[in-house]
Amino acid sequence: MNVSSNMDLSIYARRKRANFIGMVLSMSAMIIGLAFLLWILSILMFKGFSALSFSMLTHSTPAPGSEGGGLANAIVGSLMIVLSCSLLSTPIGVLAGVYLSEYSDRSKIAEVTRFVNDIMLSAPSIVIGLFVYALIVVPSKHFSGWAGTIALSLIAIPVVVRTTENMLKLVPVSLREAAFALGAPKWKVSTSVVLKAAKSGVMTGLLLALARVSGETAPLLFTALNNQFFSTDMNKPMANLPVVIFQFAMSPYENWVSLAWGGALLITLTVLALNIIARVVFREKVSV
Amino acid sequence: MNTLPETKEIILEVRNLNFFYGAFQGLKNINLDIQKNTVTAFIGPSGCGKSTLLRTLNRMYDLYPGQRAEGEINFDGENILNPKQDLNLLRSRVGMVFQKPTPFPMSIYDNIAFGVQLYENLSRSDMDDRVEWALQKAAIWGEVKDKLGQSGLSLSGGQQQRLCIARGIAVKPAILLLDEPTSALDPISTGKVEELVHNLKSEYTVVIVTHNMQQAARVSDYTAYMYLGELMEFGETDQIFMKPARQETEDYITGRFG
Repeated sequence: MNVSSNMDLSIYARRKRANFIGMVLSMSAMIIGLAFLLWILSILMFKGFSALSFSMLTHSTPAPGSEGGGLANAIVGSLMIVLSCSLLSTPIGVLAGVYLSEYSDRSKIAEVTRFVNDIMLSAPSIVIGLFVYALIVVPSKHFSGWAGTIALSLIAIPVVVRTTENMLKLVPVSLREAAFALGAPKWKVSTSVVLKAAKSGVMTGLLLALARVSGETAPLLFTALNNQFFSTDMNKPMANLPVVIFQFAMSPYENWVSLAWGGALLITLTVLALNIIARVVFREKVSV
Repeated sequence: MNTLPETKEIILEVRNLNFFYGAFQGLKNINLDIQKNTVTAFIGPSGCGKSTLLRTLNRMYDLYPGQRAEGEINFDGENILNPKQDLNLLRSRVGMVFQKPTPFPMSIYDNIAFGVQLYENLSRSDMDDRVEWALQKAAIWGEVKDKLGQSGLSLSGGQQQRLCIARGIAVKPAILLLDEPTSALDPISTGKVEELVHNLKSEYTVVIVTHNMQQAARVSDYTAYMYLGELMEFGETDQIFMKPARQETEDYITGRFG
């Protein structure tokens, strides 16, 4: 191959070496990361699938020493808590995100809100659990599904606020101007045009927030606690998958441990499904 | 200030207009009359203030803190620069179409209906008529009449721009401001939009900003040549292009400068 005379081949060779080293380092990092993930998943699949059974869905958690049993109360409890969490955190999180992106105009309040929200994003979930324990469980003198809902919402809301704000910021200014140019008032521009344009991104944020909270254990330990019996009363202590897994996995009973594996697999598959749905929703946005 | 030969009805009167981006003065003492049912073109090199001037006419600059205008812009006997001016109402009377097509993320039908619904309470069939009327006016009805339910984003660039013009017409403003409406379009779409602009002036007053001198010559009745925030020359398009009064205007138009 002809090489022009002013090229210094040693510089090119050095860059090729650096490129190779960089490639090896990043590949090995990826392999280490993936190996542990696959290890965890394969053990979970192996132990979890053997624990899965129809009776797991129909029976409630067994009393100490008794045979069999299932996770029906924990599954229903988890669904109710996570569902009410999404009903609570969606409007609050989305509206706060709209405020930060559309209405704040770089005000002091917005900056403080953004800062506090960032801290909340990385707040240890056990601290949030203790906070709700002190705020709700102690005064009301009992654990409850509602307390669990509020603790999970405090974790989900900052995620929703952040993703909503980011997604709205991606909407081009020209779209807002076009709506204003028709004489649309600000709230109409924000809701009918900007939020609509960012819809799938915001939905993705919601789903990822739900995926995040559906595996949280610490905040529920202090709030919803657990309930050995089937209950749909949100004012009472409520069974839920993470806490059941936590308690059963450390128990001496074989059937309890097996149920914990089954529950862990169930949560993992749910989170996986939520993530996949989020990705599919997001991809649709790109293709439009 | 150049006087215009035949006195028609003046719809917009700009007096001693100064505009500031923070400390930078973007427009210097602009005086200009816009005649009703005519097309007025603003031409000039990039950064001369023609888009800035356009954006004062519907106070679009108000969305951004730090931008302010001084002077008077009289429309319907009122100075629209008055801080008490209702901006939503003003913009429903003075519509605007932008450089890049900006269809809303909704169906073609809803793109048109969006602006209309803000100020008029129409029955479903009246709204259907209005949507068809606006799309007809914008010369795009034939292309979209069978897919009104489809997303506005599914159209081609040229169609999207005509949809945006239809959206602007549908609210029946008195004035339509066009900010380089064809700069992102191919020649065929450009031709369609220009023809459209020509037809619009029977019912609307059009103000168009353009980088394309031939376009200004083709579509406009009056032309304003701007340079460095100043209005250098303003008059009938034929006069500006055939016998400009100022050497600077001639240099720009003939391509010796700019």
